[in-house]
Amino acid sequence: MTALVLLDAEDGTIPQTSRSAIAAAASLGDIDVLVTGGPDTIAAAAASAAKIPGIRKVRTASGEAFAHGLAEPLAALLVALAPDYDHIVAAATAIGKSTLPRAAALLDVQMIPDVMEIRDSQTFVRPVFAGNVLVTLRSSDAKKLLTIRTASFDPVAAEGGAAPIEALTPPDGQQKSRFVSAEHSSTERPQLEAARVIVSGGRGLQSAEGFKILEPLADRLGAAIGASRVAVDSGFVPNDYQVGQTGKIVAPDLYIACGISGAIQHLAGMKDSKVIVAINKDEEAPIFQVADYGLVGDLFQIVPALTAALG
Amino acid sequence: MSQRDIMEFDVVIVGGGPAGLAAAIRLKQLMPDESVCLIEKGSEIGAHIVSGAVIEPRALDELLPDWRNRDAPLDTPVTREEMYLLTERKAFRIPALPWVMPHLANHGNFVVSLGDVCRWLATQAEAMGVEIYPGFAGADVLIENGRVAGILTGDMGITRDGTKGPNFAPGMELRGKYTLFAEGCRGSLTKRVMAHFNLRQGVDPQTYGLGIKEVWEIPAELHEPGLVLHSFGWPLDDRTYGGAWLYHFGRNLVSYGFVTGLDYANPWLSPYDEMQRTKLHPVYHKYFEGGRRLIYGARALSEGGLQSLPRLTFPGGALIGDAAGFLNTPKIKGTHTAMKSGMLAAEAIAAAHAADAPEPDTFTDRLQVSWLHQELSAARNIRPAFARWGTLRGALYAGIDAAILRGRAPWTLHFHHADHETLRPAASCPPPAYPRPDGTITFDKLSSVFLSNTNHVEDQPTHLRLRDPALWKPLNWDTYRAPEIRYCPAAVYEVADAETAPRLVINAQNCVHCKTCDIKDPPQNIDWYTPEGGGGPNYPGGM
Amino acid sequence: MKILVPIKRVVDYNVKVRVRRDGGGVETAGVKMSMNPFDEIAVEEALRLREKGVASEILTVSIGVPQAADTLRTALAMGADRAILVQSEESPEPLAVAKILKILVDREKPDLVILGKQAIDDDMNATGQMLAGLLDWPQATFASRVEKTADGLAVTREVDGGSETLALALPAIVTADLRLNEPRYAALPNIMKARKKPLETIAATDLGIDLTRRLAILSMAEPPARKAGIKVGSVAELVEKLRNEAKVI
Repeated sequence: MTALVLLDAEDGTIPQTSRSAIAAAASLGDIDVLVTGGPDTIAAAAASAAKIPGIRKVRTASGEAFAHGLAEPLAALLVALAPDYDHIVAAATAIGKSTLPRAAALLDVQMIPDVMEIRDSQTFVRPVFAGNVLVTLRSSDAKKLLTIRTASFDPVAAEGGAAPIEALTPPDGQQKSRFVSAEHSSTERPQLEAARVIVSGGRGLQSAEGFKILEPLADRLGAAIGASRVAVDSGFVPNDYQVGQTGKIVAPDLYIACGISGAIQHLAGMKDSKVIVAINKDEEAPIFQVADYGLVGDLFQIVPALTAALG
Repeated sequence: MSQRDIMEFDVVIVGGGPAGLAAAIRLKQLMPDESVCLIEKGSEIGAHIVSGAVIEPRALDELLPDWRNRDAPLDTPVTREEMYLLTERKAFRIPALPWVMPHLANHGNFVVSLGDVCRWLATQAEAMGVEIYPGFAGADVLIENGRVAGILTGDMGITRDGTKGPNFAPGMELRGKYTLFAEGCRGSLTKRVMAHFNLRQGVDPQTYGLGIKEVWEIPAELHEPGLVLHSFGWPLDDRTYGGAWLYHFGRNLVSYGFVTGLDYANPWLSPYDEMQRTKLHPVYHKYFEGGRRLIYGARALSEGGLQSLPRLTFPGGALIGDAAGFLNTPKIKGTHTAMKSGMLAAEAIAAAHAADAPEPDTFTDRLQVSWLHQELSAARNIRPAFARWGTLRGALYAGIDAAILRGRAPWTLHFHHADHETLRPAASCPPPAYPRPDGTITFDKLSSVFLSNTNHVEDQPTHLRLRDPALWKPLNWDTYRAPEIRYCPAAVYEVADAETAPRLVINAQNCVHCKTCDIKDPPQNIDWYTPEGGGGPNYPGGM
Repeated sequence: MKILVPIKRVVDYNVKVRVRRDGGGVETAGVKMSMNPFDEIAVEEALRLREKGVASEILTVSIGVPQAADTLRTALAMGADRAILVQSEESPEPLAVAKILKILVDREKPDLVILGKQAIDDDMNATGQMLAGLLDWPQATFASRVEKTADGLAVTREVDGGSETLALALPAIVTADLRLNEPRYAALPNIMKARKKPLETIAATDLGIDLTRRLAILSMAEPPARKAGIKVGSVAELVEKLRNEAKVI
């Protein structure tokens, strides 16, 4: 069996999410990776991809059409390469999620999104109902197209391999969509739903003023700031900070809950976080029942100390 | 956009419970060509229904005699029943139940999900041409020239500070020649109609109970479909009315619940915690082991019975169901009485409509000669006996009244106090010691509220308002230590900064629309308004 | 411009789903069903395009059980002009849905199809992209802003770590993300009027599409509950664990 993994390489580097997709594909036989991008980034991206261990070959396609990860040319390319592969895999990122279903339709395949476990070459586990249910599916399609829930797979190493690079001639296609502009929010704080790290505060912060203690920590971690309902209702922070049943549902790699008791309404919004840290003065607080690491104490001392320790 | 739309109907019904739906069906049977519109504040019919429920099919037999052929969700007949007097560790089974508590004989009755029954009634009603609109709350009563002319539905899209948001949609006038208020216990429009037409003049104060319910799925080997258990006594003291139920029904489901009489005196009492700890009693505990809790909900109910029934009609309409107070408390049943009251009101409306009379006043006469009156009359002295003499002597009286006097006692016992007048100062009462929730059989309040699926659009004015916020500290806090944080079964009320500068926090988002705060608040300072339509609990099937 | 808005009837977002004891599926008996929230946003966006004079007709489609007609009535009450129900026993997979929608697109010839980015029941996030592939139309997924331009649409989409804007030639497919708009309420008078708007019913089996599932459901389960981890004694220990054990910083 052979799998093709589509990498998000448009900026010339290979992100961790794509390396998680490679890790997921490891059980699916030989792995080729597909690297695409504009003429000015492709060489760097291909070189980075070639260093990833365990890759059979790196296939590249470049051109203006590939500079911004547009779904139409990428899907057409995947369709053209599909005869060589049993599985086509991508991380469940914006590009993977946009491209793979389109390619799957053209291949008459029912694609399988957000795979969190690969049982065997045709059996997959994925979340439904916002992660409240896990379903195990067996595909009867001859070819399988998957996107990978990256939090479920530890990424492979970035260095250590030396795979050969093969440049492809992409299929011609009429361009019906065109990239206009990007507005990256790299300097500001990330959005809650997209953040890799979230620092979140609750009643324990005591006031809007007290809540500000979280900002240096969030800055240090490149984290988004969230809040419990009580903190929002008490006016510490605006409504759109709210994480929980009636707010945003998040699943970052790291969720640091400061002064949050952990009522189920809040847990419903963050229980899928990969690692949960709880800082609370009440050692009976329910948040400790879900936290991987708990620290009992005064958050007005702990949070600045943590920020400093990370410094 | 700001101009209010107006729709005219022959009859407008507020509330999609058994009373409103039975009335709607009866109206269409009597007047198939007249228009009937029913609104329901829940997001769908059944979304706000909480009941045990063992129901007696008597009213349904009269309303839809062929209901058995219509796929009605009455499929668990009562097969066995037991009543216990509990002490903390023991349970005394009441012998010869059909004789000493004949009102509790459940032969021929069914264990149901009343929400499912209402959903089914709604499909029957819609098939007959009743227009049903869930997700719309009645916000005000239209009263013109001394006559109820319909209702106003709530505005949608008002922001928290009371201004019109981008999605503002004004409420509309639903005008009816007749309007039926079927809002259930302590309806907010019913309250206004009662006040405006002085309907409670000369009757006893209403007394209420708070029912808190859970639905569990239990292991098949413990499930006995049709088994009906009731208990009284522990954990309540002798002065507090109430008890628990456990009904087995459906596919491995049990309905467990607890009713606390809201005329209780100890401000430390927490109906929620009484309900939770009763699950630990051996009579109940065995059924919960290995089970999983599925649904949680709560609702107040009217317990006063006949003496507390207000005048039922007024120009332009009538009160029906538990909005009026038709529950038969000793029987622990209100569905058949609610339905019957709706049917009688429908018949009165048909007669008034034919005569072009403004008030369907034959409702009262029709009630007088119906089995409904007979039934309520026979039961009338039992609940007040408990209020007067406490649980044990009240139960003894109830046995005598029912078994020997057969409800025909030549006297009538009365209620003397409204439930908000019965609390004693906190300092003079011992706080009960409630066990910590174990997370398996007993649970904390917020985890429970989670299972009611309650939700309210965030950006709207709070629907629970203090008339005079300054009253809270000297009265609710200083005298009673904020009883609302304990009687509210949904953790709506919270005291912040209790040690320094206590203040009341109202988490209106959690509200399950039980109405207890509107009833029990000592100064009657909390007003329950209808929130934006569709808000509140979303009880699923099986509730 | 004519807009087609496919919508799906799903378990209401307020309802906590639970897996049946036999693991064969989730409990749906008596569970409240509603329009998929992302589809509601799609309907709203179509309405706004009509209010701006860009669109002239809004057609809404749902594929599923007869009760999906209620969901279509909601879209009609919000303001859609007419509706088509493609009736089928169960909810088909996105590939089959896309094939059915392609037939309707060929028949109705809309200039734009707007639909939710995903349904909140199966969370597949695929139908829009699949339909775009089958039609060979351009697509813009996860839209947070849609503008008519002289020669097509400018769509801002939410991508990892920010947003980007694409120019699409028409006809095109747009899938709606949460921030695109806040859907309006279906006002009571409009709900009443919606009962009289045209709703056509087609049997899915009459369209000649194979609805057989490609993905057999072997089992459903609730995810294992999170277990309590450890309590650390100090900030230094916490940092050490996060760095070397959890490897998240």
